[in-house]
Amino acid sequence: MTIAPKLEGQVVLDEVVPARAPWTAVVRKGQILRIVDLEGNQSADFLMYALEDDAERYSAQDTIAAQGNIFLREGSVLRSNEGRPMAVVTSTSVAYHDTIGGACSCESNTLRYGHHTKSQHACVENFLQGNARFGHGKRDMVSNINFFMNVPVEANGALGIVDGISAPGLYVDIRAEMDLTVVVSNCPQINNPCNGFNPTPLRMVIAG
Amino acid sequence: MTASSTADPASARAHARAMAGTRVEAMPTVPATASADRPAGVEAEAMLWAETIAPGGYAAKRLDRGARLRLIDLEGDACVSMLLFNAQQPIERLNVADTLKVQWNAYLGAGRLILSDMGKVMVSVLEDTTGTHDAFCGASNAAANAAKYGEGDNWGSHPNARDRFVLATAKFGLGRKDIHPCINWFKGVTILPDGATRLTSARRPGQSVTFRAEMDVIVMLANCPHVLDPRPGYTVTPVRALAWRGPPTPADDPIRNATPEGLRAFLNLEEDLRR
Repeated sequence: MTIAPKLEGQVVLDEVVPARAPWTAVVRKGQILRIVDLEGNQSADFLMYALEDDAERYSAQDTIAAQGNIFLREGSVLRSNEGRPMAVVTSTSVAYHDTIGGACSCESNTLRYGHHTKSQHACVENFLQGNARFGHGKRDMVSNINFFMNVPVEANGALGIVDGISAPGLYVDIRAEMDLTVVVSNCPQINNPCNGFNPTPLRMVIAG
Repeated sequence: MTASSTADPASARAHARAMAGTRVEAMPTVPATASADRPAGVEAEAMLWAETIAPGGYAAKRLDRGARLRLIDLEGDACVSMLLFNAQQPIERLNVADTLKVQWNAYLGAGRLILSDMGKVMVSVLEDTTGTHDAFCGASNAAANAAKYGEGDNWGSHPNARDRFVLATAKFGLGRKDIHPCINWFKGVTILPDGATRLTSARRPGQSVTFRAEMDVIVMLANCPHVLDPRPGYTVTPVRALAWRGPPTPADDPIRNATPEGLRAFLNLEEDLRR
């Protein structure tokens, strides 16, 4: 599906996240969060926490194990570290999204690209700043989702962030299965193709 | 009716003391220097840890930089989930995503590095006779074990790895928020072209993985059935953990210098140790 379906219920939030910025929200059970890749191939790094017990949070490993697949597609159930459904990908116009690539950080950038990238802005910086709103800190950093990012694993184990499969206007809808705090980093990475080497804005809509 | 042998403190003490010397399969050897199975070439005095971890059991150990750790899958059906913390500042910990992404590879084995979330190497894999491990599927949890085995609690017969880590972290003043994505040793997961996960493990009694601590680490281990294990029964066998003192990695170490990314992970660590 390339045309985003009309969202059910009242739109309670509709805003644009500037390129390179963090974004946070509380998404209530039953609400849909839509993320629109406005200009194409812009990684939306995503973490979520149970509102009533923030030690329960998104778990990439539990999600992968339960669905038996590393890619997030329409129908994927996004699970917590306790194995419970936190959200469901109800609709997306992108074939699959990533949850093994993790978030870029100043520190990992020094390994991947060299020490000249240490001072560049990074997703972990955005997560730490955005999460501070909820009283979260570095202990709350775990493997995240990268909507609109492409990380294949080849037969010999080769793994890497490669050219994206998203395009301008493509979207992902997730429905909260519990009350959630959500933190997104609109990825500022400029050293790999996850943002087409040009970070751009994202649109966030919450409805229901 | 015979008189109770534990009716008063003196007899209860005698009863308790009579247990001393009991040997079971899953227990620590204390002191580790007395372990009969120390690796070839390792002096008794160098031994730091020798413990057999039960099926469903867990253990944790602080190891200094340079220490070696060998995990031996005694009967060939162990599944050892591992958490790693920087012992000096446990807020720094294993980052599975960075470990794979920085090394451009999905599979762990000899020569690979285990990286922290601060761009540093925590542990190197020196030797590996297994070849199949898992950085994707993580720890089993209470819900998964309850669905599979009827219950999955620490106080029952089918403990799950995550709840084992709740106990292990608590004993170091850490908690549920410190339980990060883990690595499973001895049970392998392969990624198929469509992204599907496939459990790929052969039963190889005696298989082992040997690590070198590159920084001072706290290692936490839980030996519970893999979350994708298709067998209906709670099937897992004991694992032996042996650790011994060793020299820190020299500048010309082949693993340190194997890749530019890995070398920078060592350089970042060495810079951090420069005081």
